[in-house]
Amino acid sequence: MTGALVAYRWELRKLVAQKRTYIGLGAAAVLPVVFVMVMALQKGGPYDAPLGHNLRRTGLALALVVLNFVSRFGAQLVAALVAGDIVASEHAGKTLKMILTRSLRRGQILTGKTLASFTYVVATTFVLGAAGLIAGSAAWGFNPLTNLSGVRVSTLHTLWLSVAALGVFSLPLIAVAAFAILLSTLTRNSAGSIVGTLVYALGQEAIAGLVHQSWAKHYLLSDQFDGWHGLFMSPIDWTLIVRAAWVSALFAAVPLALAYGIFKSRDVADD
Amino acid sequence: MPSDRPVEARGLVKRYGPITAVDDVDLTVEPGDVYGFLGPNGAGKTTTLRILLGLIRPDGGEARLFGRDPQHELPEALDGVAGFVETPYFYPYLSGRKNLELLAAFDRDGGRARIDQLLQLVDLSGRADDRVGGYSQGMRQRLGVASSLVRDPRLLLLDEPTNGLDPGGMRDMRRLVDRLSGEGITVLLSSHLLAEVEELCNRVAIIRTGRIVYEGMLADLRASAGTNRYRLRTTDSRLARLTLLEHSDARDVSPDGDELTFSAAEEEVAAISRMLVGAGLGITALVPEQQSLESFFFELTEGEPVEAVA
Repeated sequence: MTGALVAYRWELRKLVAQKRTYIGLGAAAVLPVVFVMVMALQKGGPYDAPLGHNLRRTGLALALVVLNFVSRFGAQLVAALVAGDIVASEHAGKTLKMILTRSLRRGQILTGKTLASFTYVVATTFVLGAAGLIAGSAAWGFNPLTNLSGVRVSTLHTLWLSVAALGVFSLPLIAVAAFAILLSTLTRNSAGSIVGTLVYALGQEAIAGLVHQSWAKHYLLSDQFDGWHGLFMSPIDWTLIVRAAWVSALFAAVPLALAYGIFKSRDVADD
Repeated sequence: MPSDRPVEARGLVKRYGPITAVDDVDLTVEPGDVYGFLGPNGAGKTTTLRILLGLIRPDGGEARLFGRDPQHELPEALDGVAGFVETPYFYPYLSGRKNLELLAAFDRDGGRARIDQLLQLVDLSGRADDRVGGYSQGMRQRLGVASSLVRDPRLLLLDEPTNGLDPGGMRDMRRLVDRLSGEGITVLLSSHLLAEVEELCNRVAIIRTGRIVYEGMLADLRASAGTNRYRLRTTDSRLARLTLLEHSDARDVSPDGDELTFSAAEEEVAAISRMLVGAGLGITALVPEQQSLESFFFELTEGEPVEAVA
């Protein structure tokens, strides 16, 4: 097993052993249930949200509609909670010097941490999807869905598209996690990294609002959270999906390269 | 290029802004040494150890561990090297055993098979599956030693290993270090406790405000300090004084209450004691004076700046 995989495996074990990990996972599991309960207590609903017109008709729409809501703030918070802590907590706990004096290279250790953070982000997204599917189906049934182009899509096909949508949604979230890892490495402060990541995400939203008429909006990270909408068009709009992939990759690569440079060369002292 | 010499540092310098934490430090640790790195808190011991372990970069000089440079050849330079700087820290939400398993995995599982044996060695078998968050300071220190031994080291770097321990814990830790050195592990032990270094080490470097003010054999330090002075208590102080005065190897004989003090080379003390017994005296105490070594240490570390003694 390569050093990076050893580090990755143990980072996952460490995440499993920490309470903080379950805050995001728990929120992802509970949010769709709360959404259904709120819908049950009122007659209206977010029917103007993408795919919102399917609410109360099929449970398959629930997770997808919830994705629209969490893409503005909640998902970034969950990503930041773990990714913003993953290096900083080693400094705070003074454990970094312990693992850096073993046989793994610094780059391998950071790679393990990065992969573990990304795994967590993807896992949280899919937990939200699974919870949405279960809660939505229980409340509104397991029926076909009408997509954004007004075409009726079969239940099974919608299910596969939903899985793909969760995957596409994870891409910009991974980029947010990469930024949180950079802040975690740079500041060595968990709270600062989490807050900084949220400011970064909200900043992207604010800029998107300012340039909403411009082509530039489509190349901001915030816009990529809607990339999965392309899956629910007829025909599928691959432009949105491909752009979500490469723009997110770019937004992830730059902070990760910076984090690597810092982590590899920085003095490890208890300051 | 690999060599047998565990530690060789030349001209190490580390600055933090205007403060020079380590100033032109030379260290040489030979195989089998229990090397005391002695100095008051804040003298630069931990910073030097951090440089040796590749945790921080020096602003000048170079270090070699078994001939390899920890600044440019990590992690290979740490092959056969283990230890901790300051208090060993662990993941509090993992058990002691899981922490050791993690470290063994980070060492490519080399020491995984020895974990049970090591937990037994440091007397933590009974608490191995408890979370480290519930461990006492002494238990963490012992787990720190176990975590170092997971690597099966030839060189052990221990930074203040008895820090924060109660007297029993200090005794146990010293016994453990003594036992490990007896098994052939070279030990570089940083401490601010003179008695600890005297008890465990054969060679010593004394550091003061980042500079080495003494490096060499502990016996030579004693000689430099004038600790070839002995305190004698016998059944007849007057006869003992006359006997010592007749003995050419005993110098500066002077009474001190019921006792006598005198200077002599360590190798001559045995002959002097035989002569005293031969004169019909019963010896109730014959001990080297510790005070002067302590005074010398304080002079080196607290007095006016001095040139390095070697």
